[in-house]
Amino acid sequence: MAKKVLLIEDEPNIIEAISFILSRDGWQVDTHSNGHDAAEVVRSKVPDVLILDVMLPGRSGYDILRDLRSGGGTEALPILMLTARGQSKDREMAEKYGANRFMTKPFSNSEVLEAVRDLVNA
Amino acid sequence: MGTLNALVAVCLTYVAMLFLVAFFAERSAMRGRGGWLRSPLVYTLSLSIYCTGWTFYGAVGYAARSGLEYLTIYIGPSLVMVGWWWIVRKLVRIGRTQRITSVADLISSRFGKSTLLAVCVTILAVISATPYIALQLQSVTLSFAVFAEAGGGGQTIYTGESTALWVAMGLSLFTVVFGTRNLDANERHHGVVMAIAVEAVVKLFALLAVGAFVVWGVSGGVSETFTRIDASQLGQWQMNGGRWAGLIMLSAAAFLCLPRMFQVLVVENDDEEHLRTASWAFPLYVMLMSLFVVPVAVVGLDLLPEGSNPDLFVLTVPLDQGREGLAMLSFLGGFSSATSMVIVAAIALSTMVSNHIVMPIFLRMTGGGATVSGDVRHVVLLSRRVSIIAVVMLGYIYYRLTGGGEALAAIGLVSFAGVAQVLPAMLGGIFWRGATRLGAMAGLSVGFIIWLYTLFLPSFGPGLILPEFVLQQGAFGIDWLRPRALFGIEGLDPLVHALLWSMTLNTVAFFGVSVMTFPSPLERLQGAQFVNVFQHSGGPRSWSGGVAQSEDLMIMAQRILGPAEARALFRREATRQGLRGDLPEPSPDFLENLERELSGSVGGATAHAMVGQIVGGMSVSVEDLMAVADETAQMMEYSNRLEAQSRELTRTARQLREVNQKLTRLSVQKDAFLSQISHELRTPMTSIRAFSEILRDSDELSADELNKYASIIHDEALRLTRLLDDLLDLSVLENGQVSLNLREGQLSALLDRSAAAAAASDDGRALRLSRDPSKEALMLHTDLDRLSQVFINLIANARKYCDAPDPLLEIRVTDHGDLLWVDFIDNGSGISDDAQDVIFEKFARVGEPRVGGAGLGLAISRQIMQRLGGEITYLRGENGAAFRVSLPRPAMAAQ
Repeated sequence: MAKKVLLIEDEPNIIEAISFILSRDGWQVDTHSNGHDAAEVVRSKVPDVLILDVMLPGRSGYDILRDLRSGGGTEALPILMLTARGQSKDREMAEKYGANRFMTKPFSNSEVLEAVRDLVNA
Repeated sequence: MGTLNALVAVCLTYVAMLFLVAFFAERSAMRGRGGWLRSPLVYTLSLSIYCTGWTFYGAVGYAARSGLEYLTIYIGPSLVMVGWWWIVRKLVRIGRTQRITSVADLISSRFGKSTLLAVCVTILAVISATPYIALQLQSVTLSFAVFAEAGGGGQTIYTGESTALWVAMGLSLFTVVFGTRNLDANERHHGVVMAIAVEAVVKLFALLAVGAFVVWGVSGGVSETFTRIDASQLGQWQMNGGRWAGLIMLSAAAFLCLPRMFQVLVVENDDEEHLRTASWAFPLYVMLMSLFVVPVAVVGLDLLPEGSNPDLFVLTVPLDQGREGLAMLSFLGGFSSATSMVIVAAIALSTMVSNHIVMPIFLRMTGGGATVSGDVRHVVLLSRRVSIIAVVMLGYIYYRLTGGGEALAAIGLVSFAGVAQVLPAMLGGIFWRGATRLGAMAGLSVGFIIWLYTLFLPSFGPGLILPEFVLQQGAFGIDWLRPRALFGIEGLDPLVHALLWSMTLNTVAFFGVSVMTFPSPLERLQGAQFVNVFQHSGGPRSWSGGVAQSEDLMIMAQRILGPAEARALFRREATRQGLRGDLPEPSPDFLENLERELSGSVGGATAHAMVGQIVGGMSVSVEDLMAVADETAQMMEYSNRLEAQSRELTRTARQLREVNQKLTRLSVQKDAFLSQISHELRTPMTSIRAFSEILRDSDELSADELNKYASIIHDEALRLTRLLDDLLDLSVLENGQVSLNLREGQLSALLDRSAAAAAASDDGRALRLSRDPSKEALMLHTDLDRLSQVFINLIANARKYCDAPDPLLEIRVTDHGDLLWVDFIDNGSGISDDAQDVIFEKFARVGEPRVGGAGLGLAISRQIMQRLGGEITYLRGENGAAFRVSLPRPAMAAQ
């Protein structure tokens, strides 16, 4: 059975690109583009890996990350954070709140693929 | 014998009447009904104590010996009163505002509350007043003797000594009873003043009666009297100009400086306005007193046997003519003159002795505790009473010692010359701020010593105090120290000689030392208060803080002012401070008032020391106060400087904080801006990179996919370009580097172009525009391209964000006087309230999902409108999103 990846991202072109890359590699990709209810969506869909953007409409990716790590069965969920704000502060925040991996846009497709694979296998 | 008995009876009756007058006056004053007691007439009559027994009897004797010279004694005071506006009014005002109780208090207060000065003036006053009191006793005794001789024919029961003693005791009693009833100078001696006023009427009436009798009863009319005068030796007296001038000056000086005159003139004065009446009424009074002096003298010399005492003509002429009733009246007149003088002099002197000598010694001996624990009020009263008796008895002793040998008038003038020594310090003190304590000390001492040596001691006659050879050859045999020819100047009248030297050297010493010495702060303060009394109404000086115990002050005040008065004063002060109850805060104001009240009872220096003992918890000397005043001034200045510096520092710190906050804000803004730019750049780049990698790495893409991914790459590249354009545009606009290209154009055409440009973009949906061309027919003079950029942005935003099913944008033009409004209102759901606040900020995008644009459009529009002199605002209260572009009048071309 295919592993599930949930992608929370608001930029349609990026959603399309990542979906394309992962589904070609055999992943089942779900997407969600809103920050408001992202945490609930994560908990209901129970993905194997979560790819989370930082700048989302409605709620910041860091808030969602903190929420997920605080309980509800998502404490150990492998999470890859993506951000377009390439400052060192962002990496620190992501680590502090418990992201497993952190990548700055623009990324290379193979990097994303490898990161998702690593997270599931670890 | 019958005459004598009758005389004693009349005397006793008269004295009893005076007691009654004083008693009732005092009582109605206490009940607050004594309005008539404070009339200018009573005030003027009280001034008549200037005309003592010496004047009553002595003036005739003076005229018999020296002709019209006696007039000088009246001219001096009359001049002072006529010129009241100049000196007397100032003295009265100072006396009122500073609560001055005596001459000594005046001098002491003026020169920094100097106790030493007060003591000096007191001693001088007592020494010069003693012969004067003796003089009054003598005049009463002599006049008594006249009646005794006339009635008893040698069987004298009443010897001179015993008469004088009885009189002295009676006067002491009267003065003790009515002079020390209360302690506050504010509550004046209404009883005494009233009795004196009655006596003034009696003596004037008596003298006028005798005069009228002499002119019309003896001489037979006015013209006959003049004939007699011309025939007598009085008509041939030569006027000694120097002596006249000296005597006028002397009597004027004495009028101001005599303790008893100061008492009635200043201390007992109820109303400054009374001076206005007294200024003409008093000269009139003394003129009437002097009117019949010459006729009585002439007739007395004519009628009475050679060698009769001319000082007693007023009595002996009526007796010689068998008019015993008239003689009795005359006796009462003389009695009145003598007694009133002694009473007032005793009050004035006892106040000085008590306040400036007895009380300071008492306070020093008992230490600070006495002001709180002892009954000071009782002590003050006792010391006043003892002082009164002592002063009168001193006069009696002097009378016994000298035996009344000298002519009355001579003693009077010696006395005058003594008190006149106070004049330089007094006038200097109230008119010259440069006068100092040391100057006053120097002048007083020099004048006093010269007066003692040249006039007072020789007045006892050779041998009594000054040995014969001193008078003849000078002290220690030094020729130029001869008392009657100082510095070898001979041939002068002894009085003029003494006056010349004492007053000249006194004045020179006063001014010289004043100029050379430096006044202390307290002196300077008091000097200003005295000299500028008409400008200042404030208190004498202020206590510089301190933690006084109000209770202690209360206890002390009760002992001095009496319980009822003290409580009333404290309650008044507490009310003034807005406090409930009886205890005010020991504020400087209150302490000042309290001290002023107390000084009415115990004198300025003593009151100051007493308050100081409690306020400071220790004995406060004038020197301490000066030091404190100096230090306080320095500390105030220092503290003011510190305060200014501290304010400066606070201001600088606040400025720094503000700048820092601004920088922090700017830094945060910059970080946020960089973060935003990074995000806006990286997002399209991410898509471009991802899809170009897909295109590169994937072989099995369909034609549709290929086409679609290539389009995404193309669009995102365009988006990047647009973003960079916008950023550059904004940067240029924000830095003010943009140059405007002003042109004329029509608004409707501009809107047409803008709408077309906005429609050309691929973003957004179809949008209908609602316009009113008639309103748009306006010519503009502005940067049309920039304005068009704003319009395009607004129309494009409506296309992108209007969420109505059938999007419609209304463009409404309003000519609003100075401004032209172009409103863009769509029919969507509008922008939320909190979002309205940020839409003009950079990267402030609202709404979702995202549709193109980096959120710089409105920020750019705002910058453009600022450059064009107008503004762009969000219009609240419309249904959809609504923006207003306001253009200023200059942007509208002349029609």
